[in-house]
Amino acid sequence: MTTNPVKERIESEIRDNDVVLYMKGTPVFPQCGFSAAVVQILGHLGVKFKGIDVLVDPSLRQGIKDFSEWPTIPQLYVKGEFVGGCDIVREMFETGELADVLRAKGVNLGA
Amino acid sequence: MPMDIREIERLIKEGLPDAVVRIEDLRGDGDHYAAYVESAEFAGKSRIQQHQMVYKALSGRMGGALHALALRTSAPQGS
Repeated sequence: MTTNPVKERIESEIRDNDVVLYMKGTPVFPQCGFSAAVVQILGHLGVKFKGIDVLVDPSLRQGIKDFSEWPTIPQLYVKGEFVGGCDIVREMFETGELADVLRAKGVNLGA
Repeated sequence: MPMDIREIERLIKEGLPDAVVRIEDLRGDGDHYAAYVESAEFAGKSRIQQHQMVYKALSGRMGGALHALALRTSAPQGS
């Protein structure tokens, strides 16, 4: 029996939503420049995503880092898979790779 | 507590001895850095794995003492 409710919550969030962004603040009011940058990129690509504010829950803030073995936030997940943090998302956006990955995974991109 | 550029470079090179490391203090405040790291050990690894290797070299300081380190990694051309 598993005794890690945070991990279970993360697993179900990234399973039930195609694109999930763990971030500081909300998509409308990001509380950190790195989170804001990823929100802006996703908005630019016209991607619908679920933003989850880790600042309201310290166990989630730590839990997401443990889950991905990644020490920083934001963290972007597409179809259950960790894509990267701010630097990687930004680099992938600049090269066009992010749009390719999203399309390849069947995520709808807006105009 | 902010970290010194030389300390960051030392830790990265300890974990990745062949690494070419270039670090910039983005705001001159000793708290927001950008690092470019090139190492043959990155060859064949995904970006996530490459960054994880650098974070591992920084042994837990990333997200703690080291608040902001924008990271770019690559393997040397031809490796």
